[in-house]
Amino acid sequence: MLNVGSLNDGVVLDHIKAGKSMEIYKYLGLDKLDCQVAIIKNAKSQKMGRKDIIKIESPLDIINLDILGYIDHNITVNIIHNGEISEKKDLTLPKVIHNVIKCKNPRCITSIEQGLDQIFVLKDEKKQTYCCRYCDEQYE
Amino acid sequence: MRHLLSPLDFSVEEINDLLDLAVDIEHNPDKYKDACKGKKIATLFYEPSTRTRLSFETAMLNLGGNVIGFSDANSSSASKGESVADTIRLISCYADICAMRHPKEGAPLVASLHSTIPVINAGDGGHQHPTQTLADLMTIRSLKGRLDHLTIGLCGDLKFGRTVHSLINALVRYEGIKFVLISPPELRIPGYMKEEVLDANHVEYEEVSSLDEAIGKLDILYMTRVQKERFFNEEDYIRLKDCYILDMTKMNMAKPDMLVLHPLPRVNEIAVEVDNDPRAVYFKQVQYAVYVRMALILTLLNS
Repeated sequence: MLNVGSLNDGVVLDHIKAGKSMEIYKYLGLDKLDCQVAIIKNAKSQKMGRKDIIKIESPLDIINLDILGYIDHNITVNIIHNGEISEKKDLTLPKVIHNVIKCKNPRCITSIEQGLDQIFVLKDEKKQTYCCRYCDEQYE
Repeated sequence: MRHLLSPLDFSVEEINDLLDLAVDIEHNPDKYKDACKGKKIATLFYEPSTRTRLSFETAMLNLGGNVIGFSDANSSSASKGESVADTIRLISCYADICAMRHPKEGAPLVASLHSTIPVINAGDGGHQHPTQTLADLMTIRSLKGRLDHLTIGLCGDLKFGRTVHSLINALVRYEGIKFVLISPPELRIPGYMKEEVLDANHVEYEEVSSLDEAIGKLDILYMTRVQKERFFNEEDYIRLKDCYILDMTKMNMAKPDMLVLHPLPRVNEIAVEVDNDPRAVYFKQVQYAVYVRMALILTLLNS
């Protein structure tokens, strides 16, 4: 087992589906941070067989939990303080997501007006489907 | 301040109030001839749609108001690259209300987010055309006396036809509505309309390919045009465009009080001989559209 306690203060994103960590690294903009970020790929997991983990030496507020919830709401977010897990955050599917995914409908106003925010609204929680706020096209 | 972007922006009660007002306007036009004196509507038409634009302009002129606007994107600052958000900020300084037609879906929503005047969606691509739906509802209610307990046949292009989707969305809110969906297999109503609108609201419907077999059970027949611009393949368009032509032979199989509606323009899907049948009400629909747009302008200006 990997020891999350090796991080003194920061955030550990655990139970990431194996192979998904780089995608999350990109979506969360972790490449733009100057703090320490560790990516562990294919760690052994009793629950999942294999999993990825990301350790970030930074306060929670730099992480957009909505984006994380959209990518995979089964990820565990552990907040580490003084080398211990001080809090676990549950992720939910966000009702609205801003500027994470792009509308692919060529007839959508966002296809010609680049300055518009890309806004998607949760349409069906069970099916985890999102629709563009402007044209209602479902994101595939 | 309110906008009208989708037919579902108004509740059933609000639609009833709007249609009541439209009926009052129809019967007492003098009462409303100065109702918008000193007010201006901006008709912002980024693509040509002469009939819809003239309907809005007539509605405002009938209310004693004035009209400004443009009738295609080339005569507006859009051709210079101005955003919808900037255009509506300017127009908000000039006019009291605006009607926007745009080829891109969601453009009127963008306008509403930056506008200080009510925005009416006058059609955005294949997305929404709420004032057409209001005109359809007024035609049905005025000539049938109700919007519930009706069997409605929708015929032609049910896949791409936004007027059909909007009308279904609006009518599923009334009791006892049944739909007969008449189209070739290629132009059937999309799966999401069946799952999310018809099934979700427990509305009875059947899908058929033959207009002849269906026409006898209908209270309303809503005809649509198979639009060339919706096809990627011209061969498919040519094969399907003449699938369902309504003529007097078919009309003779219909109920004596069935009504034929059409959002117009018609190409050849309704034979000219049908125009003289009292059940053909598609030109009355155009008149009702003016009354309902008058009622809408008044309602939004007072909101």
